[in-house]
Amino acid sequence: MTERGIASILVVLLAVLPLAVNNQYVLFTLTSAGILIIAAMSLNLLLGYAGQLSLGHVAFFGIGAYVSALCSLGFEFYYGAESPLVVPSQPVWLALIWGIVVAGIFGWIIGKLAFRVRGAYFVILTIGFAQVSRMVALNWVSLTNGPMALNNIPPLSGWLPGYGVVPLSGRVENYYLVLAFGILAYWIISRIVHSRVGRALIALRENESLARSVGIKVTRYLVLATVVSAAMAGGAGAIYAHYVRVIDPDVFLFIYTVTMVIMVMTGGKGTLLGPVIGGLIFGIIPELLRHMVRPELQLILYGVAMILIVFFLPQGIVPALAKLGDRVRRKSKIGKTGVLKDSLTT
Amino acid sequence: MTVSTPTDLLEVSHVAVRFGGLVAIADMTFSVAPGKIVSLIGPNGAGKTTAFNVITGYLRPSAGRVLFKGRDLTQMSPPEIAELGVVRTFQRTSVFNACTVLESVVTALHLRGTTELLGAILRRASVVAEEQRLHSEAEELLDIAGLSHRADAVAGTLAYGEQRLLALAMALAAKPIMLLLDEPAAGLNPSETQKFMELIRNIRDRGVTVLLVEHDMHMVMSISDRIVVLNNGQMIAGGSPQEIQNNPEVIRAYLGEGLTNVKG
Repeated sequence: MTERGIASILVVLLAVLPLAVNNQYVLFTLTSAGILIIAAMSLNLLLGYAGQLSLGHVAFFGIGAYVSALCSLGFEFYYGAESPLVVPSQPVWLALIWGIVVAGIFGWIIGKLAFRVRGAYFVILTIGFAQVSRMVALNWVSLTNGPMALNNIPPLSGWLPGYGVVPLSGRVENYYLVLAFGILAYWIISRIVHSRVGRALIALRENESLARSVGIKVTRYLVLATVVSAAMAGGAGAIYAHYVRVIDPDVFLFIYTVTMVIMVMTGGKGTLLGPVIGGLIFGIIPELLRHMVRPELQLILYGVAMILIVFFLPQGIVPALAKLGDRVRRKSKIGKTGVLKDSLTT
Repeated sequence: MTVSTPTDLLEVSHVAVRFGGLVAIADMTFSVAPGKIVSLIGPNGAGKTTAFNVITGYLRPSAGRVLFKGRDLTQMSPPEIAELGVVRTFQRTSVFNACTVLESVVTALHLRGTTELLGAILRRASVVAEEQRLHSEAEELLDIAGLSHRADAVAGTLAYGEQRLLALAMALAAKPIMLLLDEPAAGLNPSETQKFMELIRNIRDRGVTVLLVEHDMHMVMSISDRIVVLNNGQMIAGGSPQEIQNNPEVIRAYLGEGLTNVKG
C-alpha cells in the first residue's frame, strides 16, 4: 500500500473517531498528541529530509505560542523609548498568523547563521537558541509575565453552520481543528519533498559536495527548509497556546524537543508518515500507561519501548513496515510465476 | 609551453595553492581548447586533484586566476561554476546512496528546472509538466550511460562500475560545457574501462570539452587529444600523446630514470 493510501485511511479513522468515542479525555490526549505531531512533522523536514538535526526546535514552537498569545491579548513593548509601543489585542486568527510569521523569521535567522555550520555545530547552535529563548521568556517579565504565565488566552474562533462565528473552546472542535492543521502540514511537506526543492534537500542530506557539483545551492535550500520548518512549528505552538489558553516559559523545555525527535526517529525519519505514526505511539503510550501501571514504572516502560524500537528498527517503524510489505509482495510474485530471477537481481 | 589563445575555453594562469607552509601547487599555467579531450597527468602528489578543486571552486587558490570563457572562476562557489557549465565528478565514488538511480539523475537535473518553494506547494500544471520533462530527460541520460535497466535500483547498492556510470550521468545532467573527470576508470575492469572510454568520446563528439585526470596510461594515451603533464605542482610538458610519450623530461619525472621506452 502506498504512503498516501495509508495516510488517507488514517485520516478517515481519525475523522470518525469522535463519533465512536465521545470521551473528553481521549480527545484531549489525541489533540495534544496531534499538536506535537505537527511540530514533529516540521522537525522531520529538517532532520529527515535535509539531514540536519535541530535540537532547539521547541524554540520555534514556543515563539509561535508566545507571539500568537501576546498578539491576541494585546501587549506593551518597552524598547527603551519613553512610552512603550502599545499593540492592541488582535483577532485570534491574525494573531496565529503573526505567530507563524515571527517563528519563520527566526527560522530564517537560524538558517542564515547555519551558513557554514553543519552536523554537530548546527545542533549546538539550535540548542543554544532554544535556551536563550527560554531565558528571554522567563526574564522579560514586562512582556511575557515571566514565570507567572500568560493567562486567559482566547481560543481560536470558527464559523459553524447555524451558530455563526463562535469561539472554539470545546474538545471536539479543537480535535477537528488540529486534525485539519495536521492534514495541511502533511500536505505541504508532501508537496515540498516530492519537488525540485525536496530533491535539493535530500541531495544535501545524501552528499553535499556532490549536490554542489551539479549546481544545487544547498545553503539556500537549507535556509528555505529552516524557514518552513520553523513557521510550521510556530503554527503548532500558536494552536497550542489557544488550545490550553495558558502558557509559561516551560513551553521552551528541552524535553519537548526530545519528544519531537523521538517521534521522528522511532516513526522513521525522512518518511512522510514516520512522525505521524511515531507521534501517535509516543503521544498515546504515556496516557495509556497512566491507567495501567504505577507512576514509577511508566517512565521506565516508556524508555524500554523506545530502546527496543531504536535497537530493532533503527530506521524507524514506517521504513521497517515498508520493507516487510516489499518482501511479502515479492514472495507472492515468485509464488505466482515460479521465477526466482526477481529476487536475485534486486 | 602553452601560449593561451583567445579561443581557449579554460585558462589556468599562475595558480598557486598553499596550505600553510605546504605547497600543493607552486605555479600552474595551462589552457584547454574547446571540443577536446585533455588529460592532466603526473605522479601522485603532482597537484592534479588540487587543480580540479581550484577550477570547480572547492578550493580557493592562494594566487592566480582561472578563466572560463574569459570569466574568473576563483571567487565563485561550486554551484555558480556548475551553472556556467563547468561540472566535475569525484575521485572516490560519489552518489546519493539512498536515492534510486532515476531519482539521482532527476535530482542532478536541478539546473534544468525552475520550480521553487511556492511553485512546489501549489503544484500548478506548469510544475507538473516540468516534472515530466525532467523525468524523461533523466531517462534519456540513463540510456546514454547504459543504466536504463537499473533505473529503480537504489544507488548505494549498485556495483562499483555502475556507480561510476551513474556519477557520470549525473554530471551530464548538469549540462556541462566542460566536464572534469577525476580518475573515472579507477577500479574498473578492462571491459568496463573500454565502455567508459567510448562514452567519453561520445560525450566529446556531442560538443562537451573533457578534462581528465587519470592514472591508466593506456586509456590516457588512446583517448586524449592533448596531454598536460604536472610534476610537483608545476606544468612540465604539454602536447599530443605522441609528443608526451617521447618527451625525455616527462619520462624522467613521471616514469622514472630507468625507463627509456614507454611506448604502448
